[in-house]
Amino acid sequence: MPEKHDSTESRVTENALEARLPTKTMSINMGPSHPASHGTVRFNIELDGETIVKLDPEIGFLHRGFEKSCENVTWQQCLPYTDRLNYVSALCNNFGFLTAIEKLAGIEIPERAKYIRTIGAEMHRLCDHLTCTAAMGMELGGFAPFLYGMEARELLWDRIAELTGARVTTSYGRIGGVEKDLPEGWVQKVKDTLVKVEEFRQEIDQLLTLNRLFIDRTRDTGVISAEDAVDFGFTGPMLRASGVPYDVRKAHPYWVYDRVEFKVPIGTRGDNFDRYYIRMQEMVESISIINQCFEQMEPGPHIIEDWRYVMPPKPQVYSTIEGVIGHFKLVMEGVKIPKGEVYSYTESPNGELGWYLVSDGSGRPYKVHCRAPGIQLVSGLEHMVKGSMLPDLIPTFDAINMIGGEVEQ
Amino acid sequence: MSQDFQAITTRREEAQGFFERLVSRGLGWARKYSLFTYPYATACCGMEYMSVSSARYDIARFGAEFPRFSPRQADLLMVIGTINQKQAPILKRVYEQMAEPKWVVAFGVCASSGGFYDNYAVLQGIDRIIPVDVYIPGCPPRPEQVLDALILLQEKIGAQSHKLIDHRPPEPELVRPAGRDLVSGGVK
Amino acid sequence: MSVEQLQRIAERFPDAVVEGYTLHGDETLVIKRENLVEVAQFCKNEPGLEFKLPLSVTCVDYIDEKPRFELVYTLYSITTGHHLRLKVRVPEEDPVAPSTIGVWRGMDWWERYCWDMYGIRFSGRGPMRRLWMYEEFEGFPLRKDYPLRGRQPLIPEADVRDIYRGPGPGPGSPPASRSNPPRPSQLPIVK
Repeated sequence: MPEKHDSTESRVTENALEARLPTKTMSINMGPSHPASHGTVRFNIELDGETIVKLDPEIGFLHRGFEKSCENVTWQQCLPYTDRLNYVSALCNNFGFLTAIEKLAGIEIPERAKYIRTIGAEMHRLCDHLTCTAAMGMELGGFAPFLYGMEARELLWDRIAELTGARVTTSYGRIGGVEKDLPEGWVQKVKDTLVKVEEFRQEIDQLLTLNRLFIDRTRDTGVISAEDAVDFGFTGPMLRASGVPYDVRKAHPYWVYDRVEFKVPIGTRGDNFDRYYIRMQEMVESISIINQCFEQMEPGPHIIEDWRYVMPPKPQVYSTIEGVIGHFKLVMEGVKIPKGEVYSYTESPNGELGWYLVSDGSGRPYKVHCRAPGIQLVSGLEHMVKGSMLPDLIPTFDAINMIGGEVEQ
Repeated sequence: MSQDFQAITTRREEAQGFFERLVSRGLGWARKYSLFTYPYATACCGMEYMSVSSARYDIARFGAEFPRFSPRQADLLMVIGTINQKQAPILKRVYEQMAEPKWVVAFGVCASSGGFYDNYAVLQGIDRIIPVDVYIPGCPPRPEQVLDALILLQEKIGAQSHKLIDHRPPEPELVRPAGRDLVSGGVK
Repeated sequence: MSVEQLQRIAERFPDAVVEGYTLHGDETLVIKRENLVEVAQFCKNEPGLEFKLPLSVTCVDYIDEKPRFELVYTLYSITTGHHLRLKVRVPEEDPVAPSTIGVWRGMDWWERYCWDMYGIRFSGRGPMRRLWMYEEFEGFPLRKDYPLRGRQPLIPEADVRDIYRGPGPGPGSPPASRSNPPRPSQLPIVK
């Protein structure tokens, strides 16, 4: 039985096909387990035909209680939890967290440790950008760039596994430096690997950058202006795509970024193609940074010698009383970071990764807050795709590179 | 390895005749080498799943190539990564939507037991809500370990008893029909 | 961030600023909760300050102090290249603070996170929604008096015997004592 529509108007004077009928928007749910959602996000979308009227991303399906877990373990034991925040580039998270602790404790790490941290962070930046561009290609229909990206990532992970012991979740740094020095012959192997990674990157470039289909899907979709991007708190490639030249490595150099030369690509239009292309160019710059670091590095200690923060070497632990006590205190009570609070920031592949730490002088953190760059990117998603069609959501969400671990901690 | 599975099924009621055993082996062979996985990927282990399904550690050579992102079309549910309390009802629903025969692999230590996230947010292992066939420890497990688990699962599938027509009782209903008295057990 | 900029804000809002200090190279300003929005507007729009990039809002639970909660706003200015931290104390009996999403839209989800994890309500933005936890969850997990393992399952779980307890205190032991919260040094503010 037809319902009464008060607002039904049929303009007899005009074309009968243009009679105004009441419409309702359709709500669909792109659920938490969806092939095109990187990780688990639920989108409650209201559609008018194919146009997005309202988009509400619902997150929380990977919330693992990072902050609460960190408050209940010692400072060194927080390190594996930080690995699993941005799990595609775990070394960046590790080193960012440790840089914050060192800022709070007032420790200066040795030069070689700074070089190793830079090299590790850039290698994982390469992995992250490869994953993002490869997945973007795959979700827009091309499976071949994905396989090239995965193979390049495997080559890098082989080198990372030789350095740290693990492929994905590394837990490599320590307070005061890094866990162990570079293995023998590793430098030459990495140089060869980087040559192959560059070849794979060029393959992906040739498949996607001038590809008509890719350009049609990504040009002028998901556009955000520079002012809006800053207002939403975007950082990283998303902000640089809109034309704002902010990169923490250039603005506030840390480790050895003031001693290496690299360029920072800036976009013009703020659309998905710019974000993709910035990532491709940043990969070239990362390879150049790693090679420059290899040239500049000098032999030296890779960790400080202070036993209040660093575990004493095992021969000392087993033979001297100071070694035993130092080891015992560090393991049972944790590193005693002086009281205070600090905000420290590094450039992770997704943006500015900030750490706000509060210490109360005991061996356990009082508060560990990770300012994940992904949170504000996902909150700005609605602004970027409102009014566009549903398929434009896919490349926009890929370009954001939301990593569930960091957005939902 | 497969002798161990066979030794269990020599009781009289489960003794199979020659043709039944042949059919069971044949169905087992077909099912184990053509697994359609539903990669229920949530977290870091998803990275290792991407590696396993890519060109180097090729899962396609074991037959489990195509991921099917619909539970109706999949028969292997790989729960990859941490499942937290918010995600648990969704996982259970996806499992219930899958059609028999179905198998579940808990990929990673977070899916097997909660991992080192023993806190308010995380489900301590998916075997609290769905039955699991193979557990893969590791944080994240190396791809070779995943392939080893897949081979283990394939052996298990091959040794199970498969029937052409399955007379098992249906799974309990998900929705209670209106008008039933819940207290007295269903009969008014 | 320089002390001159801190002093500019202090001169403009003399009764809003409680204290200002520099610690480990970060400039911090503690302000009163009623003046939060106007100080935020000033920080964003004033030429020379221009803190247009909102980085985050977080909350620290000083359970042994009164007022209990401290909201920490972190801001960045792309033009001047300075970071700023604004702190606001919020008491436990009345955990409400004015919302700054009219100033920066990027604070929206961070405010939801403060509500979800600590129970701080923000006025002027409609009903608060949880961000990470599900709506059926009761309590605020990151408060110091919420137990680490306080799980609230949504569906019934099978009784699997736990043979290993993850990191963190055991079921009987009390949490580590929190009687010594950090007190940073103070710089004199010229009024």
